[in-house]
Amino acid sequence: MIEVRVHGRGGQGGVTSAEMLAIAAINEGKFAQAFPSFGPERRGAPVVAFARVSEKRIRNRTKVYTPDVVMVLDPSVLSIVDVTEGLKSDGMLVINSAKSIAELRSEFGFKTSLARVDATHIALQELGLPITNTTMLGATVKAAALVPVEALVGPLEARFGRIAAKNIKALHRAFAETEIEMV
Amino acid sequence: MAKRVGIEVSLAISEAVKLAQVDAVAAYPITPQTHIVEHLSELVAEGELDAAFIPVESEHSAMSVCAGTSAAGARTYTATSSQGLALMNEILFIIPALRLPIVMTIANRALSGPISIWNDHSDIMSVRDTGWIAIFAENGQEAFDLTLQSFKIAEDHRVLLPISVNIDGFTLSHVIEPHEFLDQEEVNRFLPEYKPAVQLNPDDPVSMGAVGVPEIYAEAKKCQDEVLKGSITVIKEVFAEFAEMFGREYKVVETYQAEGAETLLLTMGSVGETAMEAIDQLRAAGRKVGLVRLRLWRPFPAADLRAAVRGIKTLAVIDRAVSFGGTGGPVAGEVRSALYSVKDAPYVASFITGLGGRDITVDDFIGMANQAEAMAKANEIHEYKMIGVRE
Repeated sequence: MIEVRVHGRGGQGGVTSAEMLAIAAINEGKFAQAFPSFGPERRGAPVVAFARVSEKRIRNRTKVYTPDVVMVLDPSVLSIVDVTEGLKSDGMLVINSAKSIAELRSEFGFKTSLARVDATHIALQELGLPITNTTMLGATVKAAALVPVEALVGPLEARFGRIAAKNIKALHRAFAETEIEMV
Repeated sequence: MAKRVGIEVSLAISEAVKLAQVDAVAAYPITPQTHIVEHLSELVAEGELDAAFIPVESEHSAMSVCAGTSAAGARTYTATSSQGLALMNEILFIIPALRLPIVMTIANRALSGPISIWNDHSDIMSVRDTGWIAIFAENGQEAFDLTLQSFKIAEDHRVLLPISVNIDGFTLSHVIEPHEFLDQEEVNRFLPEYKPAVQLNPDDPVSMGAVGVPEIYAEAKKCQDEVLKGSITVIKEVFAEFAEMFGREYKVVETYQAEGAETLLLTMGSVGETAMEAIDQLRAAGRKVGLVRLRLWRPFPAADLRAAVRGIKTLAVIDRAVSFGGTGGPVAGEVRSALYSVKDAPYVASFITGLGGRDITVDDFIGMANQAEAMAKANEIHEYKMIGVRE
């Protein structure tokens, strides 16, 4: 089972990214869960969402405490939240940042495998908005073998309707542009 | 096998209600139940469900409207949570006395105060004695299946009682997970059209809800209690028929790894799934520990419970509500009563935990199994213990 935690700010679509991941995995014949950090929605406040993907039926219904993959939609949460809390030592941290992997490591002391992409830049170019949830999905499925990137296309089309094409383009661009450093 | 569809549990419940082809829905939005009736209102607006969707100004009105539509012979559904259920309270008692087979989803949530929108079982425990059948689902598939089965149970002329299908708020209601749906043709084969025994009809008038003078009130209540207790037979029949048709089996008391167990944990609702992970770990370590899950809360399946715990030494009951100043958690109190006169009954430990959205983790379940065994060994006299509270 692969457990995922998504960090973002309220209104950035972190819950949607967890949901798209789970639906894509279920469509691929896997088992999956996605759920928000339950509570009132607070636009702009740091929020988390969770997903689990497994080959077997999933029974654990607690929050994700020891994620395998952490996805950071908004670089500004890095300085106010410990995004690595509970992250497994062989886990993968996927960050939206304009900074290089070396800069991120030296600034925040990240020890695990790390992937980065400038998702805000891609989202602004492709969507015209700094909403990075679909872009960061492309980065995440490149960095961690959760589902093939193509498996996300159907769920994105179903969710986003007429703006799906732009989001799918952003997804693919992020998949191509993400840099990964394994440790 | 049907294809698994990834969908939010709330929406899967709405789909079940649609497939049941309800005639009337009256509801008032309250977190975490809102998505269910929100989706139903969309289905009605889009013409996918031919039903009257009646928006109301409060839950008291929602249940009052449900009473009216059900009495007029309409298949009737609603959903609520927490304070909304509390506001319905007055009408809840009247529904079973009028023998109205309303189906209601309760997305279980804590009661105020302090204000909490998060999951526990305070709300359903507060309406324990209203005379409704109360069923618990552990996952989205069960919520879908049990919603459909509930209409069939409720509308059986041997029953004609309302049912609440309880799902843990957020922990189930807001989770996207795989579901296997049934199609309309399959549901139609399973669930016949609702035929009321008696209904309000201006052309053939009847009185419902008349005064019960002292000469008749006790007899009316005895009848109501007999019907509720007897409904367990119909519940088991419907579960068996559903299993026969669709291959998914339900029992009023479910067990997991209970064979040869000396200690059993007992849960209701979605935490039973997390508890299974704990049982697997304990079994792997050579411990004789298993799990009992109560699917049916009312009527209380006392005989089935006695059979499930026969021969064990320790039973750890996990409650998710407080009976303030009482002699145990609400479930533990029932369990102790059901086992009191049983020879060599197990030691019953009563734990209260998971209040107001607090997670119960795999380690918490292992801790409770350990603690219950130690308490049993020492034959510790206690009412209940609250677990995981910072002091």
